[in-house]
Amino acid sequence: MNKILLGLLLGAVLGAVDGATAWFTPAVRAQLAGIIVGSTIKGVIAGVAAGIFARKVNSVPLGIVFGLAVGFVLAFLVAYLQHGYYLEIILPGSIVGIIVGYATQRHGMTTATAR
Amino acid sequence: MREAAEVPDLHGTRYRLLEEVARGGMGIVYAAEDEQLGRRVALKVLDALGGEAELADRLMREARVLARLEHPGIVPVHEVGTLADGRVFYAMKFVEGQRLDQYLQSVGSVPDRLRLFLRICDAVAFAHTRGVLHRDLKPANVMVGPFGEVLVMDWGLAKILATVGDSDSATRDTPANLGKGSGAPVVTGHGRVMGTPGYMSPEQARGEVEGLDARSDIFSLGALLQFAAGQKFRQKERALEAICDKACAPEREGRYASVPELAADVSRYVDGLAVGAYRENILERVGRFYRRYRFFILLIATYLLVRVMLVLFYRHPG
Repeated sequence: MNKILLGLLLGAVLGAVDGATAWFTPAVRAQLAGIIVGSTIKGVIAGVAAGIFARKVNSVPLGIVFGLAVGFVLAFLVAYLQHGYYLEIILPGSIVGIIVGYATQRHGMTTATAR
Repeated sequence: MREAAEVPDLHGTRYRLLEEVARGGMGIVYAAEDEQLGRRVALKVLDALGGEAELADRLMREARVLARLEHPGIVPVHEVGTLADGRVFYAMKFVEGQRLDQYLQSVGSVPDRLRLFLRICDAVAFAHTRGVLHRDLKPANVMVGPFGEVLVMDWGLAKILATVGDSDSATRDTPANLGKGSGAPVVTGHGRVMGTPGYMSPEQARGEVEGLDARSDIFSLGALLQFAAGQKFRQKERALEAICDKACAPEREGRYASVPELAADVSRYVDGLAVGAYRENILERVGRFYRRYRFFILLIATYLLVRVMLVLFYRHPG
């Protein structure tokens, strides 16, 4: 699987799972569907960004750092817009970023490009 | 009784003798300078003066074998001829580097050793597609250059399974079919038992020259694999042990049918995939999956742990 597609799919799955865990927070359970959709989009953006980065830079440590940075920034924006739940959103969101950053570097295939 | 080796007379050639590099069964290898091109070359010169027509013939044949094997893993021949003193010689690329056994002392990582082994397989597989069996594969006959390039050396015992010049039919041979066609075999070694104990296949040790095929070299490659992997590591890794056992099966029917098949299994092992030579149980399969995706699994586990901790310790009232 190529790096961008892997990042997209992994980001989507992890984002959806991440969003679904909001069910354990009764205060936001009513908005669960919206949270899952938003979290999935966040995961997709992080995954695609990590995939594009992995195509340009071939380094697992840099991929992890990039994934962490993208995951952190996106999670921070979501938490900022929600005016709360910073730790619950930013900490797992950053780990999701690390996971897609690592996976796209380590397990994604490089596709040949004509120049 | 062979006459004592003398310094070769390079008069009338383009080479200037530098030093003796190595001694083999039929020739001495010298470092020389090609004065026309200004580069270092290796000269393999018959170590007897005149007389030994059979040895001269073998050296010529070795040069011709090498000439048909143009591959990055096989040392190229530049020229073949006869010196002023009557000795046959051939000039080849001067390989600077270490013998495999010496080089491996500085390579601790088993996957790196196996990747090196795969490059040896590439060269041997190529020779097989050209209808040539090496018949003396061993660590001393593999050189590793300063940039990690691998060169299979000393084709003096090679057996040509297709007649020289019949390159088309040799190319069409699949390794599994080697020895079954392509005209009358031309044999170096003249049917005697030649090779190195420990690396020589049982059929080669029995002197069954006519019946040798690619699987004889596969036995030698299996012995090389055992050497490269190291005994302690093989005992820990059943899959690798099974690959070695299959390559070194006493009966050739039990071995891999071709070098690419052996290389593919080693490659799968290096990549953490299941190998064809070993049927693993469910625990071993899980263990291999874990080893292959260890970091990824740990990341997912960390994520789940963090999530559980957050749910347990950061509950917000509904």
